[in-house]
Amino acid sequence: DTSLAKQKTDIKTEPSTDGFGNNNANDGRVLSASPGSGSSTGSNKQTAAVTPEDQQTLLAVLQFLKKNKLIESVEILRREAGLPENSLDPKATESAGAGSGGAAAVAEDQPDVRVVLSAYSQQGDPTLYEVYYSDLKKFIETVLDCHRAELSQVFYPLFVHMYLELVYNNHESEAKAFFEKFSGDQECYYEEDLRVLSGLTKKEHMRGNETLLDFRTSKFVLRISRDSYQLLKRHLQERQNNQIWNIIQEHLYIDIFDGMPRSKSQIDAMSGSLAGEAKREANKTKVYYGLLKEPEIELPLDDEDEEAENEEGKPKKKKPKKDSMGSKSKKQDPNAPSQNRIPLPELKDSDKLDKIMYMKEATKRIRLGSDNLPSVCFYTFLNAYQGLTAVDFTDDSSLIAGGFADSTVRVWSVTPKKLRKVKSAADLNLIDKESDDVLERIMDEKTASESKIMYGHSGPVYGISFSPDRNYLLSSSEDGTVRLWSLLTFTCLVAYKGHNYPVWDTQFSPYGYYFVSGGHDRVARLWATDHYQPLRIFSGHLADITCTRFHPNSNYVATGSSDRTIRVWDVLSGNCVRIFTGHKGPIHSLAFSPNGKFLASGATDGRVLLWDIGHGLMMGELKGHTDTIYSLRFSRDGEILASGSMDNTVRLWDVMKAFDDLETDDFTAATGHIHLQDNSQELLLGTYTTKSTPVIHLHFTRRNLLLAAGAFNP
Amino acid sequence: MAEERRQKHCSVVLPTESMKAMAESVGVGQLQEDSCVALSEEVSYRIKEIAQDALKFMHHGKRRKLTTSDIDNALKLKNVEPLYGFQSQEFIPFRFASGGGRELHFYEEKEVDLSDIINTPLPRVPLDVSLKATKEQQKVESTEPLKVVKPGQEEEGTIQGKGQGTTTPDGKGKEKGLIRLKPRSTHELSVEQQLYYKEITEACVGSCEAKRAEALQSIATDPGLYQMLPRFSTFISEGVRVNVVQNNLALLIYLMRMVKALMDNPTLYLEKYLHELIPAVVTCIVSKQLCLRPDVDNHWALRDFAARLMAQSCKTFSTTTNNIQSRITKTFTKSWLDDKTQWTTRYGCIAGLAELGPDVIKTLIIPRLAIEGARIKAVMEGPVISNIDKIGAEHVQSLLLKHCASVIAKLRSPPDNVEQYRTEYGYLGPMLCSHVMKARTQAALQAQQVNRTTLTITQPRPTLSVSQSGLSGSSGPRTPSIIKVPSSLTLMSPRPGTPSQPSPPATKYIVMATSAGAASTQQVITLSSSQSASPVTSTVPSATSTLQPLVKLEPGSGPGLTASRPLQKYIVVSLPSSASSSLETKSSVLPTSISSSSLDGGMKLERSESPGASTQSPH
Repeated sequence: DTSLAKQKTDIKTEPSTDGFGNNNANDGRVLSASPGSGSSTGSNKQTAAVTPEDQQTLLAVLQFLKKNKLIESVEILRREAGLPENSLDPKATESAGAGSGGAAAVAEDQPDVRVVLSAYSQQGDPTLYEVYYSDLKKFIETVLDCHRAELSQVFYPLFVHMYLELVYNNHESEAKAFFEKFSGDQECYYEEDLRVLSGLTKKEHMRGNETLLDFRTSKFVLRISRDSYQLLKRHLQERQNNQIWNIIQEHLYIDIFDGMPRSKSQIDAMSGSLAGEAKREANKTKVYYGLLKEPEIELPLDDEDEEAENEEGKPKKKKPKKDSMGSKSKKQDPNAPSQNRIPLPELKDSDKLDKIMYMKEATKRIRLGSDNLPSVCFYTFLNAYQGLTAVDFTDDSSLIAGGFADSTVRVWSVTPKKLRKVKSAADLNLIDKESDDVLERIMDEKTASESKIMYGHSGPVYGISFSPDRNYLLSSSEDGTVRLWSLLTFTCLVAYKGHNYPVWDTQFSPYGYYFVSGGHDRVARLWATDHYQPLRIFSGHLADITCTRFHPNSNYVATGSSDRTIRVWDVLSGNCVRIFTGHKGPIHSLAFSPNGKFLASGATDGRVLLWDIGHGLMMGELKGHTDTIYSLRFSRDGEILASGSMDNTVRLWDVMKAFDDLETDDFTAATGHIHLQDNSQELLLGTYTTKSTPVIHLHFTRRNLLLAAGAFNP
Repeated sequence: MAEERRQKHCSVVLPTESMKAMAESVGVGQLQEDSCVALSEEVSYRIKEIAQDALKFMHHGKRRKLTTSDIDNALKLKNVEPLYGFQSQEFIPFRFASGGGRELHFYEEKEVDLSDIINTPLPRVPLDVSLKATKEQQKVESTEPLKVVKPGQEEEGTIQGKGQGTTTPDGKGKEKGLIRLKPRSTHELSVEQQLYYKEITEACVGSCEAKRAEALQSIATDPGLYQMLPRFSTFISEGVRVNVVQNNLALLIYLMRMVKALMDNPTLYLEKYLHELIPAVVTCIVSKQLCLRPDVDNHWALRDFAARLMAQSCKTFSTTTNNIQSRITKTFTKSWLDDKTQWTTRYGCIAGLAELGPDVIKTLIIPRLAIEGARIKAVMEGPVISNIDKIGAEHVQSLLLKHCASVIAKLRSPPDNVEQYRTEYGYLGPMLCSHVMKARTQAALQAQQVNRTTLTITQPRPTLSVSQSGLSGSSGPRTPSIIKVPSSLTLMSPRPGTPSQPSPPATKYIVMATSAGAASTQQVITLSSSQSASPVTSTVPSATSTLQPLVKLEPGSGPGLTASRPLQKYIVVSLPSSASSSLETKSSVLPTSISSSSLDGGMKLERSESPGASTQSPH
């Protein structure tokens, strides 16, 4: 029985994986899985001898099969069900064609396979629900201590499903009573979800609620040791408690492992997400987290001397560079992806110049550590009237961009060099194109100013990102578009339309060309600047994607979501390769360590979690902030993590110590059951308070000076 | 925890009445109860849903406050037309109304005249967004320039140090707080000014009365002290604070004299420093204890003096914005009305109020005379509790009599009936009655004398006092100030003059004093160096006059030496004969008080101006 259910879910996730192998061709169909854009199925006015409900189910299944190109099965099923030939075909094909162009209109009663799957089939006696639940509660309270914590995990998903079942079957008053009685027992980190549930009292409410639909279709994942599971199973079978057993069978996924049952703190560390923990196998895929080989760059001679002298001061980038210069055939990092796993843009001359600048700067970098903290420079936005929504710095820290609630994007130069536009086409014709300083000549001196405003969006700008070459700027907005701006002309070049809902975040790849965006429609999209349609769609989150980050090697993308999980996606295949659970609130910031091994995440709960990407393990928990963490950044050497929060503080953490202190053995690596130490206070190196300025962005300059930014909030 | 949460989760549903009201507003008259219930549940759920989405926008907007635009955006998510016109930053413009058993919230939509909008001037353009960088250096270098520490600013250095104080114990130099304190800007004083400041302050509180007089003189007259004014002001306020605690009456008096001198200086603007000076002065008026031995020391004089200073500053600086006078009046009245207030403070409060003028006395003091009288009676006639209380009560009594008599004299018309006074003013009644009567006669006298007593001096004044005073080696002109009494008094003592000094031309002093009655008495004193005769005093008494003007003339050591005495000083005291006794007492008091504590001179002088004795000292 379990295996069947499992298979079903496997099928369920298939469309997303399927969709990415052959990107554009299949986009339209994948789109239908995203909310509000499902392809319509046309007429439902069949006169078959089946009840309307069954017919809906049939239609949904047919459509699903068709979508996955199982043409034969469609034919067979249709023949068996006695449905007319054209019931599905004409409009379905139509919509498949239209689907690639954008969203199709949503029909209210359109059968979606998910709706069918999520239906509550059984209908027990509504008055007995309370009895069942309290019976189980009594049982779990009396089992051995070592099992109790594990089995207690069952409470929350059971509670939710029983409640929804009651609501689904229109037992409103019983549902209310059930909620009143048992909602207080649930873990405090589910409070947000319980609040949503408490408002939901009618079956009609469930229809429009995407989050709930996801909750019902995707199974809640629990990790329970074999012993505990046997205990539970035996109890339920003894008591003939079929109601609960059915829910466990149908709506829960119990990941059974052999070994010691986990402790309460271990469970608490990993739980909290909307749909339970990640399955173990979800984090088993190999991730190439190593860095790419740096391209070979001929340094001018004098610089080379300088390099040689400062070997100590150049920890990270030095090595790959030396490799490339010393022995070209030398093997690269075994954990790194092959150089051309993802096609990357060719380096231009200007990029090479910038690399040289970077290396020069890197030699002057201050090595940070617990005894050598960075200086902090705070850029305060004044007169922003609570309207500053996003900030970004260029890698060389020469420009600052701000996204505002009034739909504007502004760029400031923080160096004496002013911002200039390129001359008009007519003026450009007059320029001597052969001259050496042609790049200087194309700029219009008359337009020089410290800041520029760019208009184009029609809603608050929530995400902003500079391209690595500083020629472009990306901004994502409430209006559902991502815009690409030129920093030479200060005009909008492209508006990427695809998300029909607010786009919460966007970021350029560290190598440029690609960028990722994520928003309210719960999918993240990978774009290339020269394509107006996305190259990949990463779908799987159960709620809004709140932040997106590229891995330093550009082969992976991490997304944080309101469903309180972090997912890491493979850019090549579009697959989800890691799911991290443990946050108790929507995640608002992510940061990869410069060596690509670690990921840090911050959420509204004020906690920073550290993750080992290679092993898929939680590495640490940093407690200290009292409000949402909007910004995280590793120092250039990865020694120190800076976190900026709504509570008007910047905190510095000794992450090296956090990684070193953690004892991992084979067992923990295999199961992911980490026992975290509560050593946040030791790891906290410094707290810097502003007067009344929430910290919404952090950036380490190439020399490891920490820059912070936020709007003064009087 | 569970309890709390349940509270939060209790599903709130809009009342059905609201549904009905809303239905009516869109023209649906009769809505069935069932529909209302169903609707309200549905609406409540949808509203919650929208609120939930709006929260998302708030979080992404990096704000803590939910705004109307968040709601708009949430509505847009649901494909609902947002509510236009709810852009108000401050509040949501709902109005409340109740009536007919129903409570309604509505949005007031005013008819707006377009021309009004067009004609109103444009509001100021809001400031544009700007960037400001604040830097937090890890290594705090001591780049602070060394500054001369000025009095009253010793704390300057510690502000910088406080940042370090909060660092973590491992001393890594982490500073909390990104915003660095900007050092207060200070006005540097030149070396000369610093020297001057040091000299002046030392002289003002030092033991040498002569130096003090000189210093006060300098404060009162020198232009260009404004740079040192903040220092002086701090010096005084700190000085009072310290010396009140130590009950150092002498120093408090010195400091008050400094205040007086500062106020006398026409080139200084004290408005900016009143916040320091007024508390100091008020302290000297109402403090419970100002000296070590309250039963013996004359701290009453200090209170009187400070009260006068207070009154003067009220007159000078009170404006409608700072309201000094009313605030001070309130302060005094409040503590006076308190039953537990000690006699010393009570005295100070009354003195402070009384000095503010007859109007204040009339409205605030006279109505309380009966109550105050009873209090005094309780102390005077009751069992002796403590000598100090008794002294205090006595002083309060005389103070009240002194100040109220003249006011009552104007308020009431004669005849003054003792019994009437007793019924009206209680215990103090009879005494008041006699004082009022005295005041009346005196007022009558003064009314006649007024403007008639003129003094013409046709001799340069300065040299006169310099050679004669012998009080100090002070040089320079001396305007009449607090030291004028001692100097003028010394003049009276016979002293041999300096023969070598050149003889001045003949001088004529005309002293005109009018006694009661229309006729005037003219005294013409002619002084001539060429004549060896004693100064001729020709008095022309009026025939009808009954009161003889009393002229005291000190002609120096002897008639023979007059010629060699270049300068002469005359003190002309003109008094009605009936009041001559009071003059006697007065003149006997003055010299002793000066010899006993010359530092009190300022106050003594002021006291000598009290009604009942008119002493004119022509210089």
